[in-house]
Amino acid sequence: MAVATQSTPVEVKKPAASSTFVRVARYTVVRLFTLFVTVVIGIYLTILIANMGGHVDEIMRNDIRDRITQQFANNAAAQKLSPDTRKQLIERSITLEENRVGLNQPVAVRNFKFLTDALTLNLGRAINMTSDSGSKEVRLIILGRLPATLLLMGTSELFLFFVSVFLALSLSRSYGSWWDKLVITLSPTSAVPPWFYGIFFILIFAALLHVLPFGGMTDSPPPSNPVDFALNVLKHLILPAASLIISSFFLSIYNWRTFFLIYSSEDYVEMAKAKGLPARDIEQRYILRPTLPTIITNFALTLIGVISGAIITETVFLWPGLGRTLYQAIGLYDTPVIVGSTIIYAYLLAITVFLLDFVYALVDPRVKVGGN
Amino acid sequence: MNNLKNSFREVLRYPSAIVGLTIIFLLVVTAVYAMIKIPYSEAIRLWRGGEDVWYQNPKFAPPAWINFFSSKKLPESFTVNSANGSMTKTVVPGAQNSSTINISYFFDFNYDTYPQEMLIYFKAKYNSKQPFVSIAWLTPDGRKIRIDDLGISADQTLWFSQDQRLQQRLNGAEPMQALFEDPKTNAIAKGKYQLQITGTTFEPGSDIDAQFVFQGQVYGLAGTDQARRDLMVPLLWGAPVALAFGLIASLGTLVLTMIIAAIGTWYGGWVDGLIQRITEINLVLPFLSILIMIGTFYSRSIWVILGVTVILSIFTGSIKSYRAIFLQVKESMYIEAARAYGASDFRIIFQYLIPRMIPLLIPGLVSSVPAFVFLEASLAVLGLGDPVLPTWGKIINDADANGALYKGYYYWILEPAALLMITGFGFAMLGFALDRIFNPRLRDI
Repeated sequence: MAVATQSTPVEVKKPAASSTFVRVARYTVVRLFTLFVTVVIGIYLTILIANMGGHVDEIMRNDIRDRITQQFANNAAAQKLSPDTRKQLIERSITLEENRVGLNQPVAVRNFKFLTDALTLNLGRAINMTSDSGSKEVRLIILGRLPATLLLMGTSELFLFFVSVFLALSLSRSYGSWWDKLVITLSPTSAVPPWFYGIFFILIFAALLHVLPFGGMTDSPPPSNPVDFALNVLKHLILPAASLIISSFFLSIYNWRTFFLIYSSEDYVEMAKAKGLPARDIEQRYILRPTLPTIITNFALTLIGVISGAIITETVFLWPGLGRTLYQAIGLYDTPVIVGSTIIYAYLLAITVFLLDFVYALVDPRVKVGGN
Repeated sequence: MNNLKNSFREVLRYPSAIVGLTIIFLLVVTAVYAMIKIPYSEAIRLWRGGEDVWYQNPKFAPPAWINFFSSKKLPESFTVNSANGSMTKTVVPGAQNSSTINISYFFDFNYDTYPQEMLIYFKAKYNSKQPFVSIAWLTPDGRKIRIDDLGISADQTLWFSQDQRLQQRLNGAEPMQALFEDPKTNAIAKGKYQLQITGTTFEPGSDIDAQFVFQGQVYGLAGTDQARRDLMVPLLWGAPVALAFGLIASLGTLVLTMIIAAIGTWYGGWVDGLIQRITEINLVLPFLSILIMIGTFYSRSIWVILGVTVILSIFTGSIKSYRAIFLQVKESMYIEAARAYGASDFRIIFQYLIPRMIPLLIPGLVSSVPAFVFLEASLAVLGLGDPVLPTWGKIINDADANGALYKGYYYWILEPAALLMITGFGFAMLGFALDRIFNPRLRDI
């Protein structure tokens, strides 16, 4: 996770001309509108790519024809029908199946329907995928996989965020120390993505030492006792969570540490030191306070990341989360599921970006909502 | 120029930069070596080749150097051929145009496991009368085992393990076991073995050549995969592919980002606004999902994926930070001067604005290479790698698909993984050092 610099306008307070209410209201409307348009265009592009200009339709049509012809070929009762009747039946089944999937409508109409459905969060039904309970509702598929992703990403991302901010603060206090140099030396380890560490962890802890499982979320069959079940899940959680953490750990600490160091070399911090203020006060009032907007931004983006899941890490560890579901959905040409997970992410991002502007104004007295 | 020299001298002050530079240098040497040693078309032929190319190799064989680290020595693979003189061949002319051909080969076998398979490929020259061969096996303890007697056609292959007559003669025992085992102790008999082929031809000008392929349990410097392919080919060729993908993606992204940011800031107004809006939309798009969709639905060619990667990577946060810097540069005196003497917009953007940013570009360029190298590997691991090119990610994908971690073929994953990791670390270490040199705010901390 990189430390994102603040991207919203930070303006120095000027004498207020119009009333605060009008300014905030106008800002809210304009900002919400631009964000909504952004989401609409983003989702529409995703839908376009998910259809590949009708290229995917061709694949799906052939797929359906293949499957239904195969079904009839394997059906003993169908063998007894006359060739003509059977052919008619096959053609009718293919048409029915194509209508069910929605292939009878032109691509543009379908894309538009996808868009309006997605924007109203009417996620509809999946084409091929089913949830664990057997439902084809996209909502249920996503909700069914959400807990696994929340558990994995929540554990690792929150741990990563808080531990790296705290360690970075203490490192920035003792910069140049042995630990500081160690973190700098180890920060290139983050060039390697989490799934890569995952493969190594599987090799060491599952294949060689046999102490932790290769993948999955529980043993099969899962233990029935709730305590055993929780412990079992925990055992399966260790490796994927560890690989997600290790791959960002040192770089994250390094980035935060550098960020805090830049702020602690400001003149007002030197001034506070010269005045003889205690170190803790300097840290809380003079370093943490002005960096708060950035910390909050990163925390908010971390939370969104928790929900979107990790496609490859989940695939490597066979973790039944949203990332792996998305990958499976793409493999099955399941546009509703792809669009469904994208729209949720897009909405969350837009809402977060919108709310952050207000949060900045709350934590930083120099920032005014909609001030120019 | 002097500036550049100073920067270079400064780079050498950082140990991590020296390590990084060394790694990158070695990678470039490997890449050049690979491209000279195995030309592109040859690499593709080898990588896509089946049994006809790789019949000499064992399957799933670890590299030969594994014997250094293990007390249990695994037999190494080799191939000898009477046509090139690596097997001794004598021709004794006989009566009525016939002749006797003796082909024999001695080899030391001091290993602790049986080989995977042994094969003999016969090549015979004749018009109408097929030559006849009998094959015998001499063990170190002096036993002589008859392998087979057969008439051979122009191209004939004998698989020891699949020879029904040999198995019957060995009372149903596995040929590989029976041939290398001492029947008294039931242990592997170590020592000098001999393969004896005695052939008879019945025509003038008729000839026999034999190739003996010994498929051991280890092979070469890199080992082999499920299709008997020597992993050295993809390991070597992975270097130029990874470097090309990483550098082109990184350079393309950065240069395009910079040009677009410069144009946006220079013209301002709606151009700038449009770029900002596109950046916001791109933030909503799921980057990896789109790449997976392109790979699944449309094309797996590495160049298509590269293009999409660059396009999606242009409009990200970095365009905003460049914009912020360009906004400052735009107000400088020398730009004012250029405008005063009537320089065109194009000239100002490309001759005045962008060159100012090049020092800032270098650390970012180096640091973003690993991300792109691993992106290619990630897609390959998901099964979306280029179907033609041999890459490191493809090896991991093959290994993963064949259950290498479960079955203990660790070399298969560790070799490409180590190379990927070294590449990533090399660029990351150099990038970090460059960042500290070119970014004055970081210089002292």
